Amino acid sequence: MTATQAVLDVLDVSKSFGAVAAVQGVSFPLYAGEVHALVGENGAGKSTIVKMLAGVHRPDTGQLVVTGAPVDFAGPGDAKAAGIAVIYQEPTLFPDLSVAENIAMGNQPLTRLRQIDRKAMHAAAAKLFQRLGVQLDPTRPARGLSIADQQIVEIAKALSSEARILVMDEPTAALSGVEVERLFAVVRSLREEGAAILFISHRFEEITRLCQRVTIMRDGKHVCTDLVADLTVDDMIRRMVGRDLSALFPKQDVPAGDVVLEVEGLSREGVFKDVSFSVRAGEIVALAGLVGAGRSEVMQAVFGVDPYDSGSVRFLGRRLKAGSPRAAMAAGMALVPEDRRQQGLVMELSIERNVTLPRSRKLARLGLLLGTAERDEAYTWTRKLQTKLGRLTDPVGTLSGGNQQKVVLAKWLSTAPKLLIVDEPTRGIDVGTKAEVHRLMSQLAADGMAVVMVSSELPEVLGMADRVVVLREGHVAAELTRAEATEESVMYAAMGQQVAAS
Amino acid sequence: MTTMTVKAPAIGSFFKARELGIVLALVALVGYTAIGNPRFLSGQSIRDILLNTAILAVMAAGQAVVVITRNIDLSVGSVLGLSAFAVATMMSANPDLPMIVALLAGLAVGAVCGLLNGVLVRYGRVPALVVTLGTLYIYRGLAYSWAGGSQVNADELPRHFLSFANDSLLGIPWLVLIAIVVVGGVSLMMRNYRVGRELYAMGSSPPAAELAGIKVARNLLGAFLLSGALAGLAGVLFAARFGTVDAAAGTGYELNVVAAVVVGGVAVFGGSGSVWGAGLGALLLTVIGSALAVLDINQFWQQAIVGALIVLAIGADRLVAVRLARSLRKRDSHV
Repeated sequence: MTATQAVLDVLDVSKSFGAVAAVQGVSFPLYAGEVHALVGENGAGKSTIVKMLAGVHRPDTGQLVVTGAPVDFAGPGDAKAAGIAVIYQEPTLFPDLSVAENIAMGNQPLTRLRQIDRKAMHAAAAKLFQRLGVQLDPTRPARGLSIADQQIVEIAKALSSEARILVMDEPTAALSGVEVERLFAVVRSLREEGAAILFISHRFEEITRLCQRVTIMRDGKHVCTDLVADLTVDDMIRRMVGRDLSALFPKQDVPAGDVVLEVEGLSREGVFKDVSFSVRAGEIVALAGLVGAGRSEVMQAVFGVDPYDSGSVRFLGRRLKAGSPRAAMAAGMALVPEDRRQQGLVMELSIERNVTLPRSRKLARLGLLLGTAERDEAYTWTRKLQTKLGRLTDPVGTLSGGNQQKVVLAKWLSTAPKLLIVDEPTRGIDVGTKAEVHRLMSQLAADGMAVVMVSSELPEVLGMADRVVVLREGHVAAELTRAEATEESVMYAAMGQQVAAS
Repeated sequence: MTTMTVKAPAIGSFFKARELGIVLALVALVGYTAIGNPRFLSGQSIRDILLNTAILAVMAAGQAVVVITRNIDLSVGSVLGLSAFAVATMMSANPDLPMIVALLAGLAVGAVCGLLNGVLVRYGRVPALVVTLGTLYIYRGLAYSWAGGSQVNADELPRHFLSFANDSLLGIPWLVLIAIVVVGGVSLMMRNYRVGRELYAMGSSPPAAELAGIKVARNLLGAFLLSGALAGLAGVLFAARFGTVDAAAGTGYELNVVAAVVVGGVAVFGGSGSVWGAGLGALLLTVIGSALAVLDINQFWQQAIVGALIVLAIGADRLVAVRLARSLRKRDSHV
């Protein structure tokens, strides 16, 4: 096996975006006739690898080698020419063009006058569909195809360009059981025809069923590349998450008080369904799950930013008006959004203005905002949160990420909320500030505030939360107490596996 | 296999039905008007309508290409003015130049203007609406500062230049012939050539076009260059037809052109519609104008009817988009 030359070698590639190292020194080979799984947690760097192979990103260091020859892709066109076809999680078809045109785009058969030979194009598409064993009309527009059919069209596209390397980024994420079976049948037949396939999935049963080799990534780094047969699912999960649970996350034990928030049977068509949970005063409840599981969407619906179709949100025993952030704020809720640059702060405004923005009405005298009231308020809160800043009048955009996050927190804490919703509170923040944010959240809970935390970082979830609500594909997959929640049990629930007795 | 609620084939045939709809509307309008006033179908009347359509149709062909890529070119009226004034000045100074030089000069002036639009849109990363709104004023300003209040009168222009608007080849006026060649040629390019399909693809899904390795920058510059060049050509036709040219020539034309394109079934969201549909749109708008004049209906109604047609056309596009968005949300669900 090792004697055969790899069709594609990823050699020690690294890629950074600003200060964030997305991929560091990752290497793995792809062999012809093999399906190679690439697994890792959210943010492990899988998508960055995919984009390098697709020619969207260039590796900062390291090299891609296609059948022994080093390649350098200036754009997606080059990757295509090198025989690499990428099937993205979200299919990238042209909805207005016919299925056959989508497949042939870029290498349409031409007549002698260099016009497109539609008859030949349709015949070629029909032949590809026959080979893939599906029934699709080549002349119909791509608009309106199901995700599964769109993926079949993407595969046909790859076949028509005679790609030898097929990269599939979570192709099964949005497919039903039957559709997955059909896709697998197609992938197996491609494998038998000698294609090298890189298959990204969060579902371990798919990996064990379909793949021969697996590469595991964690935090942008390469963990291992092994034959699937040599690993158990437990091994894989352990290697994916295996890192030290540092003592950075001190949540004080607080006796839980009265129920503050009660969410019952909350549903929004196509986004989440039948989500129920409750939060008590003094409690931190974490919403965990994979990206796209609907965590942020649920909390945005609770806060009233997004609508919901059915279910109810009760706050302090009273039903909360749906779709009204204003009502939620008046009742005593605060939401610290995921994207602080876009949704949490007005970057050009001064720190003090940002802090007092939600309270500007209350601070105003006769409708005018006078400097002193604003400044005093801002001073108190930034001091409390130990924000490192030059002057309160500096624009908020000049602060570091961690301190910006503190300003967002200060802004909402100054409204004295009874429930604080934080979405990815420590994303893009250095370790030191992270610990401060955690200490602060713990302090708030100890003071009797109810906290809901949406987080993709398992150590944070495990360290901070009194209870963990795990969402998977819009459903509550599990609700775990602090004692029950371990890296394994949360990951199992998030990925739809049974909790294994270990 | 598909669990979609939207019937995609119905949408497809809907767009094809759009051009058919315009033809039917034309037939009905012409028939009704001719019954009311038979002179509407006289040779001279038809000739006038076709001559008036020609300039609009040439510009609509270029605009359609730009709109199909999910952009817009609002500067075409000013480009027409600039080109008309430039060519008229050139011809009055050098009366011996043949017509073909005038046509090429107009194309060149327009091409430069169009290329600048394209560069600003692509490399400045500014939406086309904003860029071309800006260049609308810039090109018009250039024309004004050049003309400085003067105008080129018909008696300063060489006779062969002026007669070009009335001369015919095999009974078809040159203007109409040029419009047919332009609309036909651009239609063919968009329908049957790779570059045309790539332009459709770019408008249909810009991110997918980048990922598919389409040369997006080159194609986009090409689209704007074409639209500009055709507006420049229209400027020459305008100067030949009307004889008297000042810096204000073609003011407000961009709205007629966009109206013709939208009424002709080119979706403002890009990716669908046809160039010959846009040509038909130009014809329909011109016929409406003439018919209302012939039927002695208040000019106000012409504007109102054109407006209603645009709202109808955009409303239809919007309906499709909303239904699509809803179906996408359902389809993306794994719930």
